[in-house]
Amino acid sequence: MFTVFAIGAVASAVFTITRKNPVASAMSLVGHFFMLTGLYLTLQAQFVAAVQVLVYAGAIMVLVIFVIMLLNVGTEQQHPQSGGLRTTLGVMMAGLLAVLMGTAILARPTGRVDLPPESLTIGTTEAIGQSLFTTYLFPFEAVSLLLLAALIGSVILAKRHVQEG
Amino acid sequence: MSGSATLERVEKLRQSKILREVQDKDTVAMFEDPLENDMILNMGPQHPATHGVLRVLLRLDGETVVKCIPELGYLHRGFEKIAENSTYHEFIPHTDRLDYISPLSNNVAICMAIEKAAGISVPERAVWIRMLVCELARISSHLLAMGATSMDVGAMTVFLWTFTEREKQYDLFERICGARFTTSYARIGGVANDIADDVMRDIRVWLNQLPERMSEVERLVNRNRIFVDRMAGTGYIPAEKAIALGLTGSTLRGSGVARDLRRDEPYMFYDQVEFDVITRNDGDCYSRYIVRNLEIWESMKICHQCLDKLEAMPRTPVLSDTQPQSVVSRKAEIYTKMEDLINDFMIINFGTMPPKGETYTAIESPKGELGFFIVSDGTGQPWKLKIRSPSSSNLQALKYMAEGSMVSDVVAIIGSIDPVMGEADK
Amino acid sequence: MSLTNLIVILVQAGILVNMMLMAAAYMVLAERKIAAWIQNRVGPNRVGPWGLFQSFADVFKLYIKEDIVPAAADYKFHALAPVIAIGVAVTTYAIIPFSGPLIELDGVKYGLAMAPNMNIGILAVLAMTSVGVYGVALAGWSSNNKYSLMGGLRSAAQMISYELSMGLAIIGVVLIAGSLNLIDIIQAQTDGMWFIFLQPVGFILFLITALAETNRAPFDLPEAEPELVGGYHTEYSGMKFGLLYLAEYANILASSAIMATLFLGGWDIIPFLDDSTVLGLAPFSLPLVILGHMAFLGKAFALVFVFIWIRWSLPRFRYDQLMNLGWKVLLPISLVNIIVTGLVILFLQ
Repeated sequence: MFTVFAIGAVASAVFTITRKNPVASAMSLVGHFFMLTGLYLTLQAQFVAAVQVLVYAGAIMVLVIFVIMLLNVGTEQQHPQSGGLRTTLGVMMAGLLAVLMGTAILARPTGRVDLPPESLTIGTTEAIGQSLFTTYLFPFEAVSLLLLAALIGSVILAKRHVQEG
Repeated sequence: MSGSATLERVEKLRQSKILREVQDKDTVAMFEDPLENDMILNMGPQHPATHGVLRVLLRLDGETVVKCIPELGYLHRGFEKIAENSTYHEFIPHTDRLDYISPLSNNVAICMAIEKAAGISVPERAVWIRMLVCELARISSHLLAMGATSMDVGAMTVFLWTFTEREKQYDLFERICGARFTTSYARIGGVANDIADDVMRDIRVWLNQLPERMSEVERLVNRNRIFVDRMAGTGYIPAEKAIALGLTGSTLRGSGVARDLRRDEPYMFYDQVEFDVITRNDGDCYSRYIVRNLEIWESMKICHQCLDKLEAMPRTPVLSDTQPQSVVSRKAEIYTKMEDLINDFMIINFGTMPPKGETYTAIESPKGELGFFIVSDGTGQPWKLKIRSPSSSNLQALKYMAEGSMVSDVVAIIGSIDPVMGEADK
Repeated sequence: MSLTNLIVILVQAGILVNMMLMAAAYMVLAERKIAAWIQNRVGPNRVGPWGLFQSFADVFKLYIKEDIVPAAADYKFHALAPVIAIGVAVTTYAIIPFSGPLIELDGVKYGLAMAPNMNIGILAVLAMTSVGVYGVALAGWSSNNKYSLMGGLRSAAQMISYELSMGLAIIGVVLIAGSLNLIDIIQAQTDGMWFIFLQPVGFILFLITALAETNRAPFDLPEAEPELVGGYHTEYSGMKFGLLYLAEYANILASSAIMATLFLGGWDIIPFLDDSTVLGLAPFSLPLVILGHMAFLGKAFALVFVFIWIRWSLPRFRYDQLMNLGWKVLLPISLVNIIVTGLVILFLQ
């Protein structure tokens, strides 16, 4: 199962950046999120999986598609390649990333690792709720306050803009 | 041709065509839009809410209408020109096709115009019958307007309920004059035939059951929160603007102007019947809707009074047969008397011949002031017959009402103006 | 995953998909019949007795119709949109517990529900409904028609707005039941105290948002016929149109079934009383479970009737009124509902 989802995730991620049509790109990203959901499910993290679909695929990507449709973004034209520097730099970066990942993969402990039994329940709703509202209560509330402040701030900014305009 | 090339071609063609239309119609429609946020929506002529073949070009910013350009003429059949090439009598059936929702009142209007031009008087009984059928036509038209407006804002059921009533009316029309839709009932100098007693009784039966049906409709939508929210405050037009644009009928009375030709310039026997002129002062779609709704009740009152009169009257002829200018086929006389045969021959071949001059006759048709301006050169055919159709002048207000509102409002506004394209395009 | 397990899942899937298709077909007929009765008409009555086979005739007609794709449409997404719409609609059926355990194989009990014990049950339902918008939005965009595009845009905005209130309306139920698991939620109601009596506001909120999520009148703006011609499915024909149409009805049934689960006690037969003692049947005995299944379907179809009834009685909202209702009325009410429910639960503890 892992292999299927992993290949699917990589493939849809590649599609996301190679498609020229923005809607096709966005839909590939939605597919990618679904593959990630599958991965979460194989890790027994049902809550995270559901929230992944609900928030990312269901809300954020709908907004993205909404904006693409609203602004009627056309198919991207082929940009002329601007010199060799960009390509060279890109290849170098990709090589660096490959080396990093390779070392990380090679450095992992070989053989099966026995996970502690409680790790199976980490992803359930109860476990997440428990840790959010006991252990991490302060950071959780702080983050929600921060998000609220951001929300109100953006509303005020948008309102002022409307009044000026 | 490759796929993308086709797409490009289609896009280019489409853009150029619409832009050209907009430029042709109104140069102000072209304005700065650097982000290309606006969309030009071509509503109609084939669109479910445009009441026939009205075409409206809308320039939209999101869902808000920035510019609204109604385009008329898709149902133009050149009636005014046809009139110049036919006798007055021959033109009566064409008026069925003007406002095809209420052909009976159009027939009456053209006959009144011709009678005024030619100086023909009409028997009293015929006038009462004409009033009766005019008010029946008004009920029919307003029922349709109420149903169509409701359907445009999504209440489909009302449309079918009002159509059930109109269906019953069509059955009555068929029994009055033999045709359900294209009636051609009025004649120069009267009406084609008297209404039989049993038909008169059935009209009364129908009128008596209508209040219940009407109150059903009123209970379903008139105070419905969604319906009122959709209609109230949209399509506003103040009284001065409404007068300036030449609105008439229910559309004008919805803006608080109490003008009704039946009361202000009484024709037929409208000064002898009791009825109220309904006005609402808000000038929005809802007030226009309510005006139509209440006018049905007023028309019912008039119908009852006409029926009372007709029932009390002796059955005298309903077509004036004493005046040679009126078109009557008095078969018995034609086959026995020489003068009548000659007269009939003249009438059929050359028509009614009004004296030289100009006359304008208008009635309060369901849509508003329906007038016929006849210029006669003394022959049997009008030199010019101008039709002052209420729908086309009422439609002038669409642009004013729709700009600044939303796409959903445009259909409600068209519904509340209640245009009939057969009349607007003539 | 044993072989029995696999076979059972396949059988369940087969039953559910067929049930859904049949139900959707007959819901179309029911809609036409009920609409006809409301409007003083007769309704379809030519195909079979009382028009019972009308839906099959309709589907057959759609099958043999030409599939027209506009020249300027994006063919791939044009074809993909109905598939997404119907796929999402069908997936929701896997989560709904239509009946209690019916048969026991190898020590595992199976009922007419594919993933009943998913402990995120209701979240999965919300997730699937939120994805359902892609079908409509893509259908609208790919048709390359302005009316369709506006339909797609309207539906995307509408669904995002109403999803929020829908999720919040459920939280009251979740607070009382103490679980996201749909089976647990039903079990919490089997003593007869259906959540509609404890959460009347939540039920009404959920009903309204469900109407909006399924694009039903008075929230049928994406396909508002007098304004947008056909809305997002203006440019669809043949079986693609059929799939979009079918998905709409499948969504209505799914929403009704979820409402029956959350608020009307699921397969609990009699409100306020314990079924097994009243009927004299052992808990989870086969007759009781079958009766419960019938009760569940009965509740679901009663709610479907409400959907149809509302559609033929109410006018349609305007776009800004819809947004106002969603954000300024439903959202605050649902938040207050949660707070009050939470306080009451805290107080009772």
